[in-house]
Amino acid sequence: MSILAWTYIMVGITFSLYIGIAWASRVRDTKGFYVAGGGIPALANGMATGADWMSAASFISMAGLISFMGYTGCIYLMGWTGGYVLLALLLAPYLRKFGKYTVPDFVGDRYYSNTARAVALICAIFVSFTYVAGQMRGVGIVFSRFLQVDVNTGVLIGMAIVFLYAVLGGMKGITWTQVAQYCVLIIAYLIPAIAISIKTTGHFIPQIGLGSPVAHGTNAGVFLLDVLDNLNRDLGFAEYTSAFGPGNKSMIDVFCITFALMVGTAGLPHVIVRFYTVPNVKSARLSAGFALMFIAILYTTAPSVAGFARYNMIDTLNGKEYKAAPTWLKNWEETGLVAWIDKNNDGIIQYRAGKPFAGKPKFTEEFGNFGQSLVSNRPTTNPNELYIDRDIMVLANPEIANLPAWVVALVAAGGLAAALSTASGLLLVIASSVSHDLYYRLINPNATEKQRLLLGRLMIGVAVCVAGYFGIHPPGFVAQVVAFAFGLAASSFFPILVLGIFNKRTTKEGAIVGMASGIIFTAFYIIQIKFLGVKPWLFGISAEGIGTVGMLINLVLTLIVSKFTPEPPQEIQDMVENIRYPRGKGKATAIST
Amino acid sequence: MDKRKMAEYWRKNLSMMTVLLSVWAIVSYVFGILLANQLNQIKLGGFPLGFWFAQQGSIYVFVVLIFVYCIFMAKLDRKYDVYE
Repeated sequence: MSILAWTYIMVGITFSLYIGIAWASRVRDTKGFYVAGGGIPALANGMATGADWMSAASFISMAGLISFMGYTGCIYLMGWTGGYVLLALLLAPYLRKFGKYTVPDFVGDRYYSNTARAVALICAIFVSFTYVAGQMRGVGIVFSRFLQVDVNTGVLIGMAIVFLYAVLGGMKGITWTQVAQYCVLIIAYLIPAIAISIKTTGHFIPQIGLGSPVAHGTNAGVFLLDVLDNLNRDLGFAEYTSAFGPGNKSMIDVFCITFALMVGTAGLPHVIVRFYTVPNVKSARLSAGFALMFIAILYTTAPSVAGFARYNMIDTLNGKEYKAAPTWLKNWEETGLVAWIDKNNDGIIQYRAGKPFAGKPKFTEEFGNFGQSLVSNRPTTNPNELYIDRDIMVLANPEIANLPAWVVALVAAGGLAAALSTASGLLLVIASSVSHDLYYRLINPNATEKQRLLLGRLMIGVAVCVAGYFGIHPPGFVAQVVAFAFGLAASSFFPILVLGIFNKRTTKEGAIVGMASGIIFTAFYIIQIKFLGVKPWLFGISAEGIGTVGMLINLVLTLIVSKFTPEPPQEIQDMVENIRYPRGKGKATAIST
Repeated sequence: MDKRKMAEYWRKNLSMMTVLLSVWAIVSYVFGILLANQLNQIKLGGFPLGFWFAQQGSIYVFVVLIFVYCIFMAKLDRKYDVYE
């Protein structure tokens, strides 16, 4: 059977599974809709959080990024996992005890202020939309690559599926679908990774394979990482395992980016809200542990995939005749993810540091002397002849390892699962922010249960359409705004959530000043660097890492202003005292809202 | 439960958190970043140690830290009778 037929089968089966689960777990009340009735077991919530967290970018792009970055790839590996320790220790148990539906809920109640609630609301919506636009595009791209439909058609199909199960099941439907999506995506990630580990090093555990000797070829018996260091050095790149040298990020930058991503993770509304769905405080702690465990399975495999892919890519392509190159190279040339420009007309592929030509490849529909697709891009002066998109490192893995067609199809289903699960979680946050925080808490506190549920469903519809619009017409700055999402989550939410729990003396004035100055500083810096082309002026910290500084500004100002403003009312201090002890969460949630 | 006991529960929680967060910072920021190049001189099988902490080791430690905290707090909750 062909790859395409297998892909239709795999995608068909997994999509019916998602819809079936959503139908089985449809809900009738707002508690079910916003927090899945608060009855999700810790293990299931851990899986759902894992799927929610790992997006198309984690699944498709991360290993490729690491394989080009070498050591510096640790900013993503540590940055996108370490935040869960902060969540488990500093936030999840207490927010669960507090027991409302959303992050703005906590901010508004703890800081006895609708201004604080509104600021939190705007941040939550902005952060979530930033994220979801990228996910919808991811769905479209996976569809177009594997099912040979137009990217925009792919986005529309993805929109319809997410709409269906989010509207039906709300948070409950989303949670159980995410459990299924986690299983699909992790199997799809591990099978090719294990196969390629065996092929490259003879070890079936990729995590160990990366530290093992190469099994075959001229480098047999030498440790893979040593081979990579040597290859990188010979070809003019920085050594694979060495840190902070020329061609790498500086130590302070690596430090700040890692910290901003960790703290940003712990401040992301769609992650925090997952801890409202478990039955009690103990399960909130446990599900953070399970979530990180499930995430770690992929996140510790990714650096191995990165290493194997880089070795196989250089080993099979560099210095080889194009005519004799493996077929996957030619297959992926058609998708525009690889291109070869024969600068010295010798018919041999030379891979070196630097860009082979300016921009992404633009094919002329003509073929060169050796059968290669010609590009119209202007070549650069360096000797590098090979253009490789980072996404190919995961997407082409099954073909590089000669795996059967159904594995390729499985990778497609996995990529879709990763994108859809993240998109649905984000859409729910947007819908609940508008229908719960904005409409019910700020505009019409007398709204009935039925009205709120209807509005929640309507808002999902609106959010899907907006996200779909951005998926079809992606703003040119999608890549830039990711720095925004984490920077803002880090500099706005994290400090005031933590202080709100651990420091009774934190006042509403402190929180508002802190949040506002953290956001303004971070946004100002990111806009300067990313949009106005200013050089990073603060110790060379890049836009991705500036959230660390924004967070510190927020923290310090909140503490100072709190010191000089009247202390919070007694009932707020009692509430803070109360959330520190797990007992008595009870059913207060449903009544108090 | 009386005030003194409650304060004691909270203090124990805070000191456990301090210990775990110190480990969190040491494996990731100290071993994985600040000392990465120095630790890279030491080999763990085929892994330079700093590189290993930065790309794998710290993640394993993170997972363990959370479960240690879960177990510790479950016991503490029972001891101070605040569990449910």
